[in-house]
Amino acid sequence: MTLRRALAIWTGLAGVALAVLVASLMLGSVPVSLREIGTLLLGHDAGLAGDVVWRLRLPRALAAFACGGLLAVAGTLMQTLLRNPLADPYVLGISGGAGVAALASLALMLPFFWVQTSAFAGALAAIALVMALSRRSFLRHDDHDSSTQLLLTGVMMAAGFGALATLILTLAPDASLRGMLFWLTGDLNGVDRAGLPLIALAATLLIVCPVAHRLNVLLRGAAVAHGVGVAVGPLRARIYLAASLATAVAVTTAGSIGFVGLVVPHILRLRFGNDQRMLLPAAALGGGALLMFADLVARTVIAPTQLPVGVITAMIGVPVFLWLLSRRAIQ
Amino acid sequence: MSAPLLQTHALTLRAAERVLVDQLDLVIAPGECWCLAGPNGAGKTTLLGTLAGLRQVDETPARGAPLSASGRVMLGGKALAQWRPASLAKVRALMPQQTRDAFGATALEVVLTGRHPYLARGRWGAWESDDDIAAAMAALAQVGLERFAARDVTTLSGGERQRVSLAAVLAQATPLLLLDEPVSHLDLHHQIDALERLARHAEGIDAAVIFSCHDLNLARRFATHALLLDGRGGWRAGPVNDVLCAEHCSHAFGYPLRLIRDGDDEALVPVRRL
Repeated sequence: MTLRRALAIWTGLAGVALAVLVASLMLGSVPVSLREIGTLLLGHDAGLAGDVVWRLRLPRALAAFACGGLLAVAGTLMQTLLRNPLADPYVLGISGGAGVAALASLALMLPFFWVQTSAFAGALAAIALVMALSRRSFLRHDDHDSSTQLLLTGVMMAAGFGALATLILTLAPDASLRGMLFWLTGDLNGVDRAGLPLIALAATLLIVCPVAHRLNVLLRGAAVAHGVGVAVGPLRARIYLAASLATAVAVTTAGSIGFVGLVVPHILRLRFGNDQRMLLPAAALGGGALLMFADLVARTVIAPTQLPVGVITAMIGVPVFLWLLSRRAIQ
Repeated sequence: MSAPLLQTHALTLRAAERVLVDQLDLVIAPGECWCLAGPNGAGKTTLLGTLAGLRQVDETPARGAPLSASGRVMLGGKALAQWRPASLAKVRALMPQQTRDAFGATALEVVLTGRHPYLARGRWGAWESDDDIAAAMAALAQVGLERFAARDVTTLSGGERQRVSLAAVLAQATPLLLLDEPVSHLDLHHQIDALERLARHAEGIDAAVIFSCHDLNLARRFATHALLLDGRGGWRAGPVNDVLCAEHCSHAFGYPLRLIRDGDDEALVPVRRL
């Protein structure tokens, strides 16, 4: 992997993301032509089309891009941290914590703002709990691979939160069940601000990209990484916190959208290789493009009914991933 | 004799309450190639990890920790704890015994791990230079795998994978090499090639090698010195033929061995059980 090749990959993915963004602005119950979008970009007023694009479609598309990017970057980081291809942003129970808190506030019929706030608080609580329980394995940097212990701690937490979420679903009033189901599969309906997730995405990349070359070494194992001069403990803590906060912001914005965080890193790895310096920005762009596209499908395919976007990401992601995997097996 | 490269003073290693190595005083001078021998679980890996700086060495023995080290380890005349990880990585390299490849990577990418201490940070992150690639390719050539550069390491055999790890350590270009059973998966021919390569490395300027090995005869052939652990805290260090003799090895491994000679060749062989 060279910088030149990475730049080419990033440019290509950015092009795809831009194309999906433009399509997201054009398609919907009020069609907007390319010419009208050009007019809007030049700052002219375009009446109804202007309102639809600026107030509804652009914030929603950008929020989808940011959440998809956050989840894909978090997934890449978790797979590296745990050295496990099955890891995803939710494997350590962060979405479980957010989910329990969000479902509880939905059951209490709290307003949307409080649902989001409590989801974020729930995610932070889950992060703190996992961190406290596996503190030792973070600080240790000897030759023993401690990722299994961290993984088991997180998986147990996730299982516990899952049981709590089921309990709340069982006890909750019928009226709030549909909202809860959408929250659990992930939903971008009603998201009208993209500022926070976009800032979080930029911040996450700024935290992890400067150490991406060390993550390549960490993938070879803690002892190897230490041998070539990487302080393993602080690096682990840094990427765990970055991935967790990215996940927390994403689930707070759009619920626990599945699959982006698992499948996008794998698709990019199969296609372009496993160099974290290339992979992390590529995951941000690729995950963003995928979720933006899935949301476009979710709100247009059987409009006016909106589908949960998490279902669409899985429906796109599963076949693409299986196709790439089988092609690789043939090679 | 020149100043020691690596020195330990009263180094004691404990696993829970069991003493693995008691009060080890070791002096490793440039030009020496050391074999670390001993029965399973005697603390060879723990000792190599400690010498590499993987775990903290306390001045006084700590109680209760699963693995603890106390005493002093000096590298290049400076206490190990005072080395910054980045500069340490340019002085000593460690080849761990086990490798687990969770994700695929090419052999070249794995060997480039050894160039990590030399990466120059630019505006777009730290990327390998052409010199790093050339050094990695040269290291692959030294283990006879130059045509495997683009191969995925998850498709390699155990012995080939081990040679890739050895190439990564050679690519790190450090004077001191610490290797944990570097030839355990290799066939006889490649074992000899690899040990010859290590012995040559030890002859370099200010260089030394410590490797653990279960083949006492190969160790006697290629090492200059040996450290024999008996797993009960006892240890013996010195020129290889003095330490890895029939008497000491029989004692350490708990099985009678005898030395046979044929011309210039010598071999330790286990005594037949009656």
